[in-house]
Amino acid sequence: MKKFTILKGIAAVMPDINIDTDAIIPKQFLKTIHRKGLGKSLFYNERYTEGYNKNVDFILNKDPWSNSSIIIAGENFGCGSSREHAPWALLDFGIKCIISNSFADIFFNNSIKNGLLLIKLNKKEIQILSELAMKKESFTVDLINQKILVKNNDVNFNVDPIIKDRLIHGYDDIEITLKNKQLIVDYENNKKKFHIWKNIVDEKQ
Amino acid sequence: MNAPKTLFDKIWGDHVISQTNKNQYLLYIDRHLVHEVTSPQAFEGLKLNKRKVRKPELTLGVADHNVPTTLRDQGINSIKDKIAKLQVETLEKNLSDNNIKYIPLTSKNQGIVHIIGPEQGFTIPGTTIVCGDSHTSTHGAFGSLAFGIGTSEVEHVLATQTLVQTKPKNMRITINGKIKKNVTSKDIILKVISEIGTAAGTGHVIEFSGSTILDMTMEERMTLCNMSIEAGAKAGLIAPDNKTFDYLYGLPFAPKEKNWELAIEYWKKLVTDKDAIFDQEFSFNIEELKPFVTWGTSPENGIAINEKIPDPKEYNNLEKRQSIEKSLNYMGLKAGDSLKNISIQKVFIGSCTNGRIEDLRAAANYIQGKKVSHNVQALVVPGSGLVKKQAEAEGIKEIFLEAGFEWRDPGCSMCLGMNPDQLAFGERCASTSNRNFEGRQGRGGRTHLVSPITAAASAIKGFFVDVTEENL
Repeated sequence: MKKFTILKGIAAVMPDINIDTDAIIPKQFLKTIHRKGLGKSLFYNERYTEGYNKNVDFILNKDPWSNSSIIIAGENFGCGSSREHAPWALLDFGIKCIISNSFADIFFNNSIKNGLLLIKLNKKEIQILSELAMKKESFTVDLINQKILVKNNDVNFNVDPIIKDRLIHGYDDIEITLKNKQLIVDYENNKKKFHIWKNIVDEKQ
Repeated sequence: MNAPKTLFDKIWGDHVISQTNKNQYLLYIDRHLVHEVTSPQAFEGLKLNKRKVRKPELTLGVADHNVPTTLRDQGINSIKDKIAKLQVETLEKNLSDNNIKYIPLTSKNQGIVHIIGPEQGFTIPGTTIVCGDSHTSTHGAFGSLAFGIGTSEVEHVLATQTLVQTKPKNMRITINGKIKKNVTSKDIILKVISEIGTAAGTGHVIEFSGSTILDMTMEERMTLCNMSIEAGAKAGLIAPDNKTFDYLYGLPFAPKEKNWELAIEYWKKLVTDKDAIFDQEFSFNIEELKPFVTWGTSPENGIAINEKIPDPKEYNNLEKRQSIEKSLNYMGLKAGDSLKNISIQKVFIGSCTNGRIEDLRAAANYIQGKKVSHNVQALVVPGSGLVKKQAEAEGIKEIFLEAGFEWRDPGCSMCLGMNPDQLAFGERCASTSNRNFEGRQGRGGRTHLVSPITAAASAIKGFFVDVTEENL
C-alpha cells in the first residue's frame, strides 16, 4: 500500500446524499480479475452519455476538476454493495481523499485498506470547503498534522490513530496479523476442545 | 454475576482472539464463502506475497453473480461474455489450486451464495460467517454473526482465518403483531427501512426480535436479515430456536450425532439476556401493515401500496428534498401520484432476498390459472438448483410457465444485472431484489422493490396491485 502523508490538489464537490457503490462503479466493470484500470469507468453512468462520450455537465469532466484528487461528497457516501472495486476505481482515477459527513461501513473499511483517506467533517465545515472547492482553490490535506489547508482557512480533522498510523506507513494488514500467529493457533486449539461441533465434516457434494 | 449480554455480545465475545487496539479486535472467522466477482484480486494478492490459505476446509466457493440463467447444462460454456467467463475460470482455478471446496455450475447444489450457505448447513448458529458480498447479513437469520467484507478482507481471511474489526454497537428492532394475508417479511423490512433510513444501522448489528419474528419461518427471517444492510447495518441477527434447529438437522455440513447434541446445547444459550442494554432500539407493530413498494432510488424510498408518492416540498432538509426530486425525475414519477396505476414492463422474481422455495410458492399460488399481461416480460430465477428442483417437483414451474413467466437457471441475475438479464433504458420493473439504485438493473432502468406476491400479481395486471385487497 502507498504511504499517505501530504496531499495537494483540487477538490470536486458532489453534494448528492447516498452516492452508492453502484454509482461509483457500475456492475458491468466488476468482471475484471485485476485491481487496476477501473478509473476510466469511475461514475460511468453520470460521467458518460453513451460509450465513453463525456457528459460535459458532470463535475469530473470539467476543468480543473477533471484532475481532482479530492471529492467532497454528500452524507452516507459509499452505501450499498461491498465491492472494493469502488475504492480501486477512485484511486485509479486519482482520487486519494474523500470528505463527507458520513460514510457507509464496508466502503470505509475497503478504502482505508487501499490507502484512500476518508475524512468526516461536520456540515458547516463541509459547506465552507465546498465553496472554496467550487472557486477552484487548491487544497492541502496534511494527515500528519490532521489539517486541511485552503487559502487562509485551516480545518482540523479527526482520524483514528490506528488508521492514521497505517496510512502514513502504508502497512500491510495481513503482515501485522501474522505477527500474532501464535494467538490464532492457540485460539484454534482451544476452540477444538470446546466447540468441536464447529469442525467441518467434509461430505462429498 | 456477569453483566447481561446481548446475543451479539455473546457471539462476538466467543470469537475474540485478542484486542488489537482501543475498541478494535482480532476476530476468528468460522466460515467463509467466496464467489467469482470479489475474490480474484484476493487470490492474486496471496500469490504475490507467497501466502497460503490457512484453513481451506472453512471456505466454500460458488459462481453466482455473473452467470447466465439459461443453458446451464453447458456449464461454464454457457457464459458467452469472455470477460465474465474468465472470471469464473479464475475462481475455479484459484479454488482448485488452494484445495477449497467448489460447487460447480453444473451441480444441482449451485446457486446464490447466500442461499446455498443455509441449504448446505454451512451456515450454523453461533459462528462468524463472512463473504465478499454485502448481503452476507442474510445468514444472521440463523443466529450467526454474518457480514459482508471487501476483497482485501477476503484476502485477510484466506491468509489468517481472522479479521481485524472495530466492535459494532447493539441495535434492537422489535416487531410485534400478526401480519395480514399476503403481506410478507419483505414488506416488513421495506417498512422498517422507510422509517429508520438507510444510514440508521451504520456501525451497528441489528437484532430482530418480537412475536412477529418468532412466528416467521427461517426463509422469512432470511429475507429480513438480508436487507439489514439496506438499513446500513453491519449485520442482522435473530436468536436461533427450534425452527432453526429443525431447518439445519441432517444438512450436509451441519454437525452430526454427538456434535449435533453439543451444538444444540450451545445454541440454546444464544439469546439476549434479560436487561441487556442496546445502544439503540426501535419497535414496530405490523398488524395493519400493507404491502410495500419503493418509488425512488434508495431502499428507504418505500410506501404502502395505498399511499401517495411523497412531495419533496414537504421536506425541510435541502439535501433530502433534492435527493427526492432527483429520484422522482429518474423514476419518471410525480409527487402525489399513486403507484397503483403505474404500468410495468418487467417482473423479476428471485435473488438472495426472495429466491427461495416459499417465495416461489407464494407467487405461484397467487397467479395460478392467470396469464402475464401482454406488456410484461416476467422472469423467475430460482435462488439455487435445489430450490429449482423442489419447485419443479411441486408443479410450481408449470404454474409459472403456463402463466407466461420464463423459468430460468439459478444465479443473482437481474438483481444486479451483471449477466445478460437486464432492464433496457426507461423500463420499469417490479423486482423482488434488494436495491433500487440508479442503473442497478440496467442503465436507465427503473426498479421498484416489492414482495414476490406483489411482483407476481403485478405481472398479471401489468401494473402495481394491492394484494391484500384485489382479487385477481
